[in-house]
Amino acid sequence: MAVYFRKREVVVPGELLAEGRYRSSMGTYDEKGKIYSALVGIAELRGNTVKVVPLEGVYIPSEGDLVIGTITRVAGNNWKVDITGPYGASLHANNALRRPYDDDISRYFNIGDVIAAEITAFDRNSGPFLTLKGRGLGLLAEGMILDLSPAKIPRVIGRSGSMINMIKDKLRIEAVVAQNGRIWIRAPDTSTLNLAIKAFKMIEMQAHTSKLTERIGAMLDQELADMKETAPKLTEIESEEEARAPVNAEPPEEEPEPLVEEESAEEAMTALAEEPAESEASDEELAPAEEAEVAKDNDNTTEEVIEE
Amino acid sequence: MSPETKPSFLINPEGLRIDGRRTDEIRPIELKVGVIKQADGSASIRQGKTYILAAVYGPRELHPRHLTINDRAYLRCVYSMATFSVPDRKRPAPSRREREISMVIANALKPALFLEDYPRAVVDVFIQVLQADGGTRCAAINAASLALADAGIPMKSLVPAVAVGNAEGKLLVDLGDEEDKYGGGDVPMAMLGTTGEITLLQQDGSFSKEELVEAMGMGVTAMKYLLELQKEALKRAYTKKVAIDGEDVDEYEDDLETDLGEAEIAGEEDE
Repeated sequence: MAVYFRKREVVVPGELLAEGRYRSSMGTYDEKGKIYSALVGIAELRGNTVKVVPLEGVYIPSEGDLVIGTITRVAGNNWKVDITGPYGASLHANNALRRPYDDDISRYFNIGDVIAAEITAFDRNSGPFLTLKGRGLGLLAEGMILDLSPAKIPRVIGRSGSMINMIKDKLRIEAVVAQNGRIWIRAPDTSTLNLAIKAFKMIEMQAHTSKLTERIGAMLDQELADMKETAPKLTEIESEEEARAPVNAEPPEEEPEPLVEEESAEEAMTALAEEPAESEASDEELAPAEEAEVAKDNDNTTEEVIEE
Repeated sequence: MSPETKPSFLINPEGLRIDGRRTDEIRPIELKVGVIKQADGSASIRQGKTYILAAVYGPRELHPRHLTINDRAYLRCVYSMATFSVPDRKRPAPSRREREISMVIANALKPALFLEDYPRAVVDVFIQVLQADGGTRCAAINAASLALADAGIPMKSLVPAVAVGNAEGKLLVDLGDEEDKYGGGDVPMAMLGTTGEITLLQQDGSFSKEELVEAMGMGVTAMKYLLELQKEALKRAYTKKVAIDGEDVDEYEDDLETDLGEAEIAGEEDE
């Protein structure tokens, strides 16, 4: 019965962590009653459970995770989705669209589209499989995607969402934080966006330090104050950008609609083709409203995911 | 480099070796972790004049697909020597020797890894010898195991490796190039740091049974020392990261229990 590491010590693979009635958990392995570290990371003891919090690593899917993926291939009734890490995911049309849907599912999501999805199944033999059925899931139009190390994501979210909620409140941005290390951000202007990126990068760099939420908060307050000071000089430029941004941003959202309508008009000869066109249209109409919800819903979903 | 000539002796009358070492002394070693930013994990090793880089990518999707193993990850090692790593230009095409060493290194590292955690994926280990001065396969294993740990790949243990040879009737630990070339033979070996299980044992030249047993004993002692160097190098790399990032780390040390990665921990406990 002994523990061989200090609180939050950096340990390396093969290091003996504990002996006796301790339980081995994530990042450790048990051999003949002795618990060794399997990773480079920070050792922690919770009750009688020993674990090592990794400092590096790729994304390994797990059921119920919220992920942000890029469509890489459209194969029959499936989309193949890159969710980073060694395993490519697939999304079946039945889990994404209301039936009936068109045979050519590339009309709904095509290669290069970015989606927020949930992992429904993943085991050693099959998967991961995704679904879009759930609040806040679906196509992510506009905004930008930031890639971080998946190992740092718990810290970006913070204790039941404290970190991400603080950032969103202070900067008034919309954001989706996914377990696979991707963050979708939509900010009202570029300077806010840059500040958000700075905050997330700072979290990634300092993930293993404590009182991080406070420091990030202080940094944001400081930067926001600076921005206000310099604002009079910048207003012209910024307002121009702001004025331009919505104009630039909206067309891509609306573009698919006319296209789809044209296509479906051609196909409208057959009664069957009409219905998918309708459902498509309603899907499209929903999109902007859903997006607005995405941000609000997101902390709930991510929290749920984590607290499970 | 001057044209090579056979040295008149490998061990001088005082019992010291050509570079002044004692028979059981290894060359000065410098290990660095995280030297290649682009890679998921990396390490470099200088062992005497030998200088090697190791980079690890993955676990990632395996191409070509037919190589996939359904119940574990594939460990793909590539050992290659730079054209300028030896006095005579080394032809850049992969040689038979490089292919063999790649396989030997993969086999030495495999028992240390939990490859079954990542079915169908691949872990790529690239080893580049920049300067060769004997003992490259062992130095490569030392560096590669650090790079794997740096990449966050779960492993049972680090893997230290060393070669023991004989020359002029004496056993020598960690052969240099001349000792390798003009000595009587060498036995490269690697082991798992925790259990001491041997994962690599080769031999060329001739050893008596007693010599071999003694050589392995000397090797194990040297590897235990190397293991400590490896651990230290890894810890140094990661604690330095901590120190750079949080300007004064100690100041934040107080509320550790309550603050770090709470979200994740909450998830764990419900299992």
